[in-house]
Amino acid sequence: MPQLFAFARPEEILLPVQPWFVVLTLFLGLLCNIVPATGVAQTMKPDFLALVLLYWCIREPRLISVGIAWCLGLVMDVADATVFGQHALAYAVLAYGAEYFRRRVLRFPLWQQAVQVALLLLFCTGLVLLVRVVGGAPMPRLTYGVGPLVGALLWPIVTVLLQSTQRPRRSKDG
Amino acid sequence: MRHFPVEPPPFFHRGPSPLARLAFFALISLALLFADTRYRYLENVRHAIGAVLYPVQRALELPAEGITYVASYFASNRALSVNNRELKEQLLAEAPAVQGYKSLETENARLRALLDVGARFAGASTPAEVLYSGRDPFSQKLFVDKGESAGVQPGQAVIDEAGVVGQVTRVFPAMAEVTLVTDKDHAVPVKVERSGVRSVMYGAGTGRLPELRFLSPNAEIQAGDRLVTSGIDGTYPAGLAVAQVVSVERETGQIFARVLCRPLAGVDKSPQVLILGHAAASARPRPEEPAESDAPRKGRGRRR
Repeated sequence: MPQLFAFARPEEILLPVQPWFVVLTLFLGLLCNIVPATGVAQTMKPDFLALVLLYWCIREPRLISVGIAWCLGLVMDVADATVFGQHALAYAVLAYGAEYFRRRVLRFPLWQQAVQVALLLLFCTGLVLLVRVVGGAPMPRLTYGVGPLVGALLWPIVTVLLQSTQRPRRSKDG
Repeated sequence: MRHFPVEPPPFFHRGPSPLARLAFFALISLALLFADTRYRYLENVRHAIGAVLYPVQRALELPAEGITYVASYFASNRALSVNNRELKEQLLAEAPAVQGYKSLETENARLRALLDVGARFAGASTPAEVLYSGRDPFSQKLFVDKGESAGVQPGQAVIDEAGVVGQVTRVFPAMAEVTLVTDKDHAVPVKVERSGVRSVMYGAGTGRLPELRFLSPNAEIQAGDRLVTSGIDGTYPAGLAVAQVVSVERETGQIFARVLCRPLAGVDKSPQVLILGHAAASARPRPEEPAESDAPRKGRGRRR
């Protein structure tokens, strides 16, 4: 079924998104972030919430934007027991970046989108890192940057999954 | 000739521009960061969100718990009997100490009463189960399943069967956050069991061994020494095993020796821990610290 794994080209018109679906996916992203992981899994683990958030910020900027991203960041701060405001700041900047670059990102095929997503996610992670280091934390190892890169690799999958409810159903003769 | 309006008609009302919103939220974030690090005003908000998140976090634990349960159900007879024998041997090995303990305890109490020294432990300790360790690669934290409802208070020491794990730093209604002895901001006052040399063990963060700072190169310490809490801070009761010295480097030209140690407790491995009651010593008022001390406030100074 090649059609199932195809993603909508820029000129293709998608069905309108259901708000409950957006909320559900953001919640699932938060759940994935909360799942405990250790060792290699922890190093590899991308920030799922940031990924889903980025997707909706790019696709539905009128529904999800800086404000909601900021609130979700606060929730992540509590879940991670980190200083209040660091994820909030990073997610707000991420949402703004998405809003700024969304028209450009959408012009590209998925794999090239992933590259730009990697940059956005790395910037978001870098912001958290900056806040931490200013707050007196030691520099982590370079593997700290693996998570965002894995996140960028997941971008095509996330896109296909999150688009699944919006893709127009082809009629049989179409 | 009609003029077209310069601005496009407002088809879509989108409120303030994204940049304005970003600036607004970024400013709030910075204010929050400042308020949280400097003054800790926001513990109530954290409490509220934490209480909402708690059931979700517990629910996420369930699959793993289920797998462990099923796995333990099918644990082989042989493994169980081996385990049983080991436990019995251990019990036997410790029997003399345990039997002598009762009389030692009364003797100790009498001596302490004579010397007018408070009891070491306040008694009430709470067993707790580790829910999960923090996902944050920067800080070494642990979450346990006992909280305010079980009488846990910030500042209580947390140990496992081998030694000190850390200290309760935040308490939520049904769970508590424990900062591990390996955390970068954590300091434990210790003494060398063999020689009685006092020092403070500073955590160094993820993947690095804690170290003893400010020990002179001729201090009576060597690799293999056991470090126990000295009890002089009033947070950790005296005499709890903390760590073992791994290496001592004495370089000429350095003012201090470089002493690395490895925590004895399965700091991030042990599934069950014990939250000790407050040490009696902490009931005594601490002398006021000088108000304008610019010294870096490490460890418990910042935590309490």
